[in-house]
Amino acid sequence: MKKYNADVVVIGAGAAGMASAIEVKRGGLSVLIIERDKELGGITLQCIHNGFGLKEFEEELTGPEYAQRFINEVKDLKIPYLLDTMVFEITKDKKIYAVNKQDGLIEIEAKSIILAMGCRERTRGAINIPGFRPAGIYTAGQAQRFVNIEGYLPGRTFVILGSGDIGMIMARRLTWEGCKVKAVVEIQPYVSGLLRNQVQCLEDYDIPLITSYTVTKIHGKDRVQGVTISKVDRNFDRIIGSDKFIECDTLLLSVGLIPENELTIQAGAKLSKNNGPVVDNNLETTLEGVFACGNVLQVHDLVDLVSAEAKRAGKNAIEYIKVRYKKKIKDQGIIECHSGENVNYIKPDIINKRDLTKDIIFTFRVAYPDRRVNIQFRDENDKIIYTRKKIYVIPSEMNELTINLSNININPETKRIKVEVVPRPEVLIEED
Amino acid sequence: MIYDVIIIGGGVIGCCIARTLSKYDLKVALIEKEADIASGTTKANSGVVHAGYAAPREYSKRDLCIRGNKLYTQAAEELNFPFQRIGSFVVALEENQIKELEEERKLGIQDGIPGLELILDKQKIKYMEPNITDNVVGVLHAPSAGIVSPYEMTFALAENAAMNGVKFFRNHKVSKIKHQNYIFTITTKSGEFKTRNVINAAGLFARKISRMVGLDYFEILPRKGEYILFDRNAMHLNKILFPIPTKVSKGILVCPTLHGNTFVGPNAQNINDKKDISTTEAGLKEILEGGRLLVPNLPLRASIRNFAGLRAIPDSYDFIIDNTDIYGFINVAGILSPGLSSCFAIAEKVIGFLELLGVELKIKEDYNPIRPKPDRFKDFSKEELDRKIMENASWGRIICRCETIPEAEILNAIHAPVGATTVDGIKFRCRPGMGRCQGGFCRPRVIEILSRELNISYEEVTKRGEDTNFLVGKTKEFVLDELRVGEEE
Repeated sequence: MKKYNADVVVIGAGAAGMASAIEVKRGGLSVLIIERDKELGGITLQCIHNGFGLKEFEEELTGPEYAQRFINEVKDLKIPYLLDTMVFEITKDKKIYAVNKQDGLIEIEAKSIILAMGCRERTRGAINIPGFRPAGIYTAGQAQRFVNIEGYLPGRTFVILGSGDIGMIMARRLTWEGCKVKAVVEIQPYVSGLLRNQVQCLEDYDIPLITSYTVTKIHGKDRVQGVTISKVDRNFDRIIGSDKFIECDTLLLSVGLIPENELTIQAGAKLSKNNGPVVDNNLETTLEGVFACGNVLQVHDLVDLVSAEAKRAGKNAIEYIKVRYKKKIKDQGIIECHSGENVNYIKPDIINKRDLTKDIIFTFRVAYPDRRVNIQFRDENDKIIYTRKKIYVIPSEMNELTINLSNININPETKRIKVEVVPRPEVLIEED
Repeated sequence: MIYDVIIIGGGVIGCCIARTLSKYDLKVALIEKEADIASGTTKANSGVVHAGYAAPREYSKRDLCIRGNKLYTQAAEELNFPFQRIGSFVVALEENQIKELEEERKLGIQDGIPGLELILDKQKIKYMEPNITDNVVGVLHAPSAGIVSPYEMTFALAENAAMNGVKFFRNHKVSKIKHQNYIFTITTKSGEFKTRNVINAAGLFARKISRMVGLDYFEILPRKGEYILFDRNAMHLNKILFPIPTKVSKGILVCPTLHGNTFVGPNAQNINDKKDISTTEAGLKEILEGGRLLVPNLPLRASIRNFAGLRAIPDSYDFIIDNTDIYGFINVAGILSPGLSSCFAIAEKVIGFLELLGVELKIKEDYNPIRPKPDRFKDFSKEELDRKIMENASWGRIICRCETIPEAEILNAIHAPVGATTVDGIKFRCRPGMGRCQGGFCRPRVIEILSRELNISYEEVTKRGEDTNFLVGKTKEFVLDELRVGEEE
């Protein structure tokens, strides 16, 4: 059994893991990255399209280019990392157990752990589709890996279920490969990915986007031969008589992403309703000294935002080791954050009252699109303590607010706040 | 070469007979039309080993089930397949159903079913199975009922049979059987076989095989059953829960699996197409409604898969196990429920027929009834794991992260006797792709390993045999082909 130790151990070497490790190393502490794939970079390596880095580097990069900037820095800073290494257990006293081919069983002792395992694709859309289970059904990301990494085509004619970003990007990618994408079918009345992908990946290539429809049957016993799509009503129930058959040999699913938290659950951290861990305003999970950042915490729109959040986690891990590690800190209580009307989830889940004088970054997603809204914070007495206007909100865009709660009128005894997004009362003059 | 016995059909029945025959000094082969064994009814059924009270006394399947159930203990020990006697409840929701259950209990006890008891104490029922509906008024408890993974058991049977000399031929669809001078000549799409005895265990297609030797005295109808599988951790059932049975079926049950999942199903639809394993909107709705009668809080959001299987229903509703008028041709057809429960008893009966036919049953000196337990990452202690990886590095490369399956388990599945040759073959042998992500992450890696180990191209790797290829070509080639076509024009 091989043993390692480090001040901070980062699990995952994608955009989040590398950014947080760099932050820790720059802060003067030792750090070790553990990655289950055979190279650093994570999922960005298969995202060969552009659009990365506009915020982080003020340049437009491809996924691998974006990853390479961080890989170079990891190497320049001589941050140690283990590749092809799978963590399977985190103990209460922050011992990490992993395996790889060279070292066998590995035991790592850490003062602090940063969880940066990313997310995986939902398959939920697939399982409720009745019909056969032929070859030719893939998640969009799986198809992306086949095409961009392995160099193989998973089919010739495609229907894509779900208008998630990877699905739309794959529609364009496959068109470039000479494949025919017959349609992108979305059950919601609106696109679930970014507007720029709708324009650049579908409209520019005349790929039909069919909203308020879903796949209701898969045809073909051995290989997919086509799908039936049907219009749905507001409750997503199939409208009888609206069926259309589309011939295709492959069905791609792009029905959303879900934080990958098997290890987080094993370690004993609590999860919240977005399937990410419950975190406080320092991105610390319910396990002391264990932080989470990037898509394992919440699915982000842009990798740049992942890196930014990861840097915060890195800074907070340093603060933890320098200030709180093995020290008794006076408990000043917490404020719970809950999601109200049209808010799917809110991060952080918990605010430490000792941090009330600090800027707190809130991130949340809405449940449905709306225009001319107020973002409101209410305390447990239903009193509105904070309001901000917004022209529009859509589920595909994560909202971010930085608030210093000491600047707003909050009762020091408050134990619970609720965030809601509500239509603004009609006004005669547009104020935005 | 002339075989002593050829078994047609590699489902649980065929493989069980093969394994039982492998004990004897005989030349035995099993031929299967699909790319893998356990591909038909065996792959998609409830996996319940019934206690045996359900079938009426006038059917042969009652005795075979009661006997078969008992034979499971030794078989599971020898073959190391997952099997647990967790016990079943038949759930009465109305007072007037209790009498029916009491009648079944009495008859069952007379026929030697161990431990059958009627429980009317609701508190006790709830204690034994907390998920059961509040509407329960009583249950018939059969402690000898159990759950088994039917395909893992079939792989174990086949492996042990192969270890003891039975030859397996997959991708060999039978097209013709000739019999002359007490020798059968079986023509398949991939070669010809000669044998003195034939055992027809062709499941849904048993009538077709029987008619090849001119025997046409039964009908097999496909009856579809749909299932929904729930994620591990979503619910933990202790017992197999049945509704009060109807004349034709045991009804929609709610049942745990050996891997910690819960499933609900099956319904029963008579259909015409023997390959129609599609699920339907109405069917899925029906089984959920049925399941909710027994367990109201089914974890709907945690459903990870739905699937359907076909039962081979004979027109007589009883097993057709016959030493036929064609000397040396044995039909083992129409093995409907409780066929899985009865398989070891069915195999005994078939051996008896072969003895009557004059086949010499001499036990091999080197017969080994033990099929070693497959090594599993999850079963190892940390020390064992470390040692395993040091001995063989492929234990340290995790391929499936939902189920924690290392490359070594996949290599073992490929190189086992009657090993996996397809992605589904690997999935059913060692579970990569069975978990929450349903293969999203591991499938490209499994394809890579199959391609390397079987020395075939990526495009030749299939889901489950012919015409189920995953990849259609390399990138750029397709665009270039199109351009070339353009040039020619």
